Amino acid sequence: MVPTAYYLVLGAVLFCIGIASFLIRRNIITIFMSIELMLNAVNLTFVAFAHMWGQVSGQIFVFFVMVVAAAEAAVGLAIIIALFRVRQTLNVDQVNLLKN
Amino acid sequence: MQIVLFTIFGLLAVAAALNMLLQRHPINSALSLVVVMMSLAVLYWSLGAEFLAAAQVIVYAGAIMVLFIFVVMLLNAGEETRTRGSRIAAIAGFPGGAAIFCLLTFVFLKYRTQLGTTQISGMLAGTDSNLTRIAHSLFTTLLLPFEVTSILILIAILGAVVLARKEL
Repeated sequence: MVPTAYYLVLGAVLFCIGIASFLIRRNIITIFMSIELMLNAVNLTFVAFAHMWGQVSGQIFVFFVMVVAAAEAAVGLAIIIALFRVRQTLNVDQVNLLKN
Repeated sequence: MQIVLFTIFGLLAVAAALNMLLQRHPINSALSLVVVMMSLAVLYWSLGAEFLAAAQVIVYAGAIMVLFIFVVMLLNAGEETRTRGSRIAAIAGFPGGAAIFCLLTFVFLKYRTQLGTTQISGMLAGTDSNLTRIAHSLFTTLLLPFEVTSILILIAILGAVVLARKEL
């Protein structure tokens, strides 16, 4: 017997921790992880609303978000590997030039 | 029972997320994120989304986080050095994030009664799972988006292989 609002507030808390982590952390892999945390927080909100309306559309949307997140993680981590080959660093402060 | 599940795993998720924020080594952050995802899987289960709970464990905690940890180990990422960060983040980022949090929490708690309460449902309540409804919807009305995601995954695999090649 938990109010739906509590689930939504939990989603908001996780989302804002993700924002703070995105802004504070300097390691590009950890920044990428905080994006995943924000996606998870939004997924929780979707599932809570799907439960509230008694429909499955929200759950199907979460399924598609997971698929896109998997594709995004694969491509993003490949980009990080390519970046590390060129720059030899993972610190985003030192990656500030488009041209080598 | 649901309030107990929500309290335990909600607090666990928030604590692990904060731990991810505060740890300095990427591998510690990755393992904290795994804890967040497993806690969210339990919360999905309690909301009657068994399929998503399983997919969360398999896809997120299983596949995506293994990929992250693999890259952390491959690149030999050490402890990060803390810098002051960008000024635009301090001026606009943190107040913006705090404003989003306050706004969302205010709206959700204000309309708490209209949003209603959640009953424990699905398999945990002994009723039927909604898996058949999901599958029916996914393979009839949403068949085209479902097939397009398979092409998306294929393109992502090709892109990852091309990007991670030695000669870029």
